[in-house]
Amino acid sequence: MSTTRLAGVLAFLLGVFVLVPLFINLTGRWDFYYTLTSVALLSVAAAGVWLTFYIGRINIGQGAYALTGGYVSAILITQYGVSFWLTLPLAGLFCAAVSVLIGLPILRLRGVYFAMVTLVLTEVARLTALALPVTNGAKGITSIPLPGELSLFGLTIIPDFSTLGNPKLAFYLMATVLMVLTYLVLWRIVNSRLGHLCRSLQQNEELSASIGVNTAMLRVLAYAISSFFGGLAGAIFVAISQSIYPSSFVVQDSVNFMLYCFLGGLGYVFGPMLGTLLLYFGWDLLSIAKEYQLLIYSGALIALMLVLPNGVLSLLDKKGGRK
Amino acid sequence: MEQILANGLYLGAQYALIALGLTLIFSLMNVLNFAHGQMYVFGGFVTYTVVAQLGLPFIVGLIASAVVLAVMGALIEKFLFRPVIRKSKRDESTMLLAAGIAFFLDAVILLLFGEKQRGVPKIVNGVLNWDMRIIMPYDRILIAVLAVALIVGFILFMQYSRTGRAMRALAQDRMAAQLMGVDVDRYSMIGFALGAMLAGLVGGLLVTITGINLGMGGPTSVKAFLMIMIGGAGVISGAIAGGFILGMMESVGLTVLAAYGDITYLVIFASLMVFLAIRPQGLMGKPWG
Repeated sequence: MSTTRLAGVLAFLLGVFVLVPLFINLTGRWDFYYTLTSVALLSVAAAGVWLTFYIGRINIGQGAYALTGGYVSAILITQYGVSFWLTLPLAGLFCAAVSVLIGLPILRLRGVYFAMVTLVLTEVARLTALALPVTNGAKGITSIPLPGELSLFGLTIIPDFSTLGNPKLAFYLMATVLMVLTYLVLWRIVNSRLGHLCRSLQQNEELSASIGVNTAMLRVLAYAISSFFGGLAGAIFVAISQSIYPSSFVVQDSVNFMLYCFLGGLGYVFGPMLGTLLLYFGWDLLSIAKEYQLLIYSGALIALMLVLPNGVLSLLDKKGGRK
Repeated sequence: MEQILANGLYLGAQYALIALGLTLIFSLMNVLNFAHGQMYVFGGFVTYTVVAQLGLPFIVGLIASAVVLAVMGALIEKFLFRPVIRKSKRDESTMLLAAGIAFFLDAVILLLFGEKQRGVPKIVNGVLNWDMRIIMPYDRILIAVLAVALIVGFILFMQYSRTGRAMRALAQDRMAAQLMGVDVDRYSMIGFALGAMLAGLVGGLLVTITGINLGMGGPTSVKAFLMIMIGGAGVISGAIAGGFILGMMESVGLTVLAAYGDITYLVIFASLMVFLAIRPQGLMGKPWG
């Protein structure tokens, strides 16, 4: 079992880091880099949403944290001259801190109530970005410099992006490395004591509280980790587009993150990654259908839901019967 | 001040009608209908087509949009929600379906009616001017009165008709209702159709005043969610209260906070989050709905 799993992971890494660049080089479809970078980043944010699903909460507020993370990074770079690589963890940590403050009261809510509050949270983030002076209102923050050099003791680890001949490839590699790390962390969390405790929350919160699980702490922790991922993804998005506006992440994005998780399957760690790939890439490919794009896309979404209501990865269940 | 109150009541009547449909669907089937805003837009476009393009009287357009949306709601329940609810492991899967339907309706509206802002001519001319204290066009008053009449009619229907009683039983306890011989499938379908019909009616009413366009669906859904959060999800009185409260807050906020820029909704959202932290189930909801 473990050798097949190892082989699967190796095949996945080979595909992401070798085959995809090779394929793009051969076919010359450089625009795929942008699409795939977006997929990688969105799946990082979706991983966070998935973790909140794992404790039994429907999170439709990831867009708020992506926006916050993006603004933190953009403001630190443009106004304080902080290196991009330092702002990345700072953006994540800031979002985690904010999510603890917000999460403490709202995580008491359950079911649709939590879902609706988080949905409203995205609107709050957008309106706050419009109202605050530091975010420059509706004009947003533009012409943010590309990520600079990252060096340790004079040794260059990552070169300055603006000196690279092909920043698209660099962004692709950065995003995918981050994605792999995120899912490694997620997989580790799920298969640890913390993961078992989260599952107990998902099944019955009262019962797990009654046998001594600190449910309040646990759900805030899971929510903070989730928001950390959201902030991280937002910060890199800003670095790629070199600009951020209050409407960079809206309610629609938050809903999409949730859809990615559903589509991939809520019971599977790699569900959100697959869901993001299918939905985002599918949407991109459907652009040839012009005005029927949305019709076909949503029709496929509904059909998929009718056939596989538990996510695409539930196909594995029928074959192997393992989770 | 009187003007603000009148505006608030006018907004509240429409909002309450939108929230009623959403809360009805939620209480019966535990489905958060993301497509509610799109159904509202669809209803508006049906009325527009009948009134402005076919030249029929307004009341025909209103009835047409009610019928079209009721049929649409019934079909969506029977062929989409029912099988998914039966097969899926987690209740939340219906949210993906609802979001998919929202996208689908958006696409259909775009293809059928286009992306332009549409409106119908005023149904009543003239403006009520009470001593310069309240100024309100007659058509707005008519719409508000119609909305209130519909709300009252809906409440009477739910209280005293056989169908209404069955639906209330279903909302209270699905299993018990089934054991008492209520045809659960049939009344779920009727309930969904009724909820969609209410959305269509509001769309038909509002097309005469604000007009209608494709982009209005999403924001309307978010507002409707707000209202049922204020009042408590799945409770009819809560939806009405939530609608009127939001209408009042919007009307007061737009006047009082105008000096500080466009922050009315920020204040509303922030106060809502504080309110929900203290009272998670809303004004009248049951805990952990």
